[in-house]
Amino acid sequence: MPKINLSHFEAAFLFSLFTSIVMGITSKNTQDERLKYGAQCFVYFIVALFGIGWAMRLGHG
Amino acid sequence: MAAQTTSTVPGAAPADVPLTAWLWPVVAAWLAPGAGHFLLKRNGRGVLICVSVVAMFFLGLFMRGVMFTPEKGADYLTSVINYGGFAANLSAGALYLLASMFGYSQIDMAGAVHDYGTKFLVTAGLLNVLAMVDVWEIATGRKD
Repeated sequence: MPKINLSHFEAAFLFSLFTSIVMGITSKNTQDERLKYGAQCFVYFIVALFGIGWAMRLGHG
Repeated sequence: MAAQTTSTVPGAAPADVPLTAWLWPVVAAWLAPGAGHFLLKRNGRGVLICVSVVAMFFLGLFMRGVMFTPEKGADYLTSVINYGGFAANLSAGALYLLASMFGYSQIDMAGAVHDYGTKFLVTAGLLNVLAMVDVWEIATGRKD
């Protein structure tokens, strides 16, 4: 079985992408709402990723 | 005189939904991610769920994530993590069963990649739970 080594960013990006897709599909009733909610979740994930990343960097000194 | 009762709750299901209308799609959704949606003729959503859950699960395997086993830990929190993780792993259905059957076993070791792998495996199962709930809602008429 192949072994892969992803960076923190790559892993978190893929996690955000797949999670947002499923959350978008399962949470809303219409196609437009699903698309909007999925995109919204993904953007929130990425903003949190960068925000927490910078917070840890600055907090670490 | 018997009063006619109608539900006024938005998205409420019709009163009489037979068990067989939702049981098999939900079981199918558990066993094979996306299959429940295919059975209910929601093919586009089924494909997206299937790709997402399967990709997350295999990425977890390729990153050598840990599968949880239902065992008591040294303290209460460890036990909760073990049992909860096992339930989430099991929720991935056939993916989990096949991986276990083919002898996938990874000891817990330090490292960000392994840790991400464990989270991917758990999340694949949790996303499949969301998909199962969605299938149940569609099959019982609560949503389109």
